[in-house]
Amino acid sequence: MSLRIRKIVTIVEEVFEEAGREVLPPARRAACLAVIGNPYAGAYQDDLAVLIEAGSELGAMLAGRALSALGGAVESYGKAAIVGEEGELEHAAALLHPTFGAPMRKVIGGGKALIPSAKKRAGVGAAIDVPLGHKDAAFVRSHFDAMEVRIADAPRADEIVVVAALTDSGRPLPRVGGLAVGDILGVDGLR
Amino acid sequence: MPEVRLRKRVTFVEEVLHEFGPPPLVPLRRGAIAAVIANPFGGRYEPEIAGFMEDLKPLGLDMARLLLAALGGDAGAIEGYGKGAIVGTAGELEHGALWHAPGGYAMREVLGGAKAIVPSAKKVAGAGARLDVPITHLNASYVRSHFDSMEIGVTDAPRAGEMLLALVMTTGARVHARAGGLRADEIVGQDGLR
Repeated sequence: MSLRIRKIVTIVEEVFEEAGREVLPPARRAACLAVIGNPYAGAYQDDLAVLIEAGSELGAMLAGRALSALGGAVESYGKAAIVGEEGELEHAAALLHPTFGAPMRKVIGGGKALIPSAKKRAGVGAAIDVPLGHKDAAFVRSHFDAMEVRIADAPRADEIVVVAALTDSGRPLPRVGGLAVGDILGVDGLR
Repeated sequence: MPEVRLRKRVTFVEEVLHEFGPPPLVPLRRGAIAAVIANPFGGRYEPEIAGFMEDLKPLGLDMARLLLAALGGDAGAIEGYGKGAIVGTAGELEHGALWHAPGGYAMREVLGGAKAIVPSAKKVAGAGARLDVPITHLNASYVRSHFDSMEIGVTDAPRAGEMLLALVMTTGARVHARAGGLRADEIVGQDGLR
């Protein structure tokens, strides 16, 4: 990849109990974060091709690592980026939107729904809530969720933190109705 | 003593590819595992708590094994370690101290008899609090290149009646360590210090 990666962080959460009730099987979520140099930090550039191109490799690499860490079938996904203070929100958009999703879907074995995303510009140690949605039907209510992630020493001013998050389940003990996993039509990515 | 009730477990692995300067031949890996358990002594003063250390041993062993696996599974590759606890606000700092013996025991058991004391940090704090878990070389506390710490935390833990227990392992020195002091290749290996 043309961009320098300083650090890669993988996080796995397993929930065994919620509100005193056992969660069976345990609900698992995994995120993989890369800290990359921002080639456009500090000066306006019209063409963001380097980041757009890097998005493809990052999508494959981060989803691949998150999938290995998750160790099970993927049900929902999300992505996010935190741009260091010398960069623009648009740099996060260049990484996440044009090329990131296709390789991510390929790695996890498909995904019809839009990959929900979040982005912001922030200082070192900032947390971001990566939105999560069912990979085949965005309206599945039990899988509306978010996973908070952060890296203590990133992003520096000229860096970007890029994240892919995957789960093997929805929220623990879901009971607010809406479209259920069993009712997914699987045609339009929505229902 | 009460059973150990595990609500959540979170594993973190960091791969540091460089810190300014040239990338090292082998990236540094740092891993942490945090278990969120119910604090069986929350909300009251309990004079006798020491028996819970024995109950925590199986949890500690599980955590140490899982953490080692997350770092590649080779005990010989682990060079640094540390441990920590965050006690939810219905508990006491002393409850966190219950982690010293089982946490240290678990890592020594899994890593094959490390000599140095396991450095530790603990505090009473709210959900989402961060803890800087200190790290030193596992056979000689004075090895300066391995002095480090890893910040960890779990957004929704510890709740008031919970404790977050953590173990940390690393595969080497700080990237580009160059602040002198005792080096890993100079370890005498007798007293756990040098």
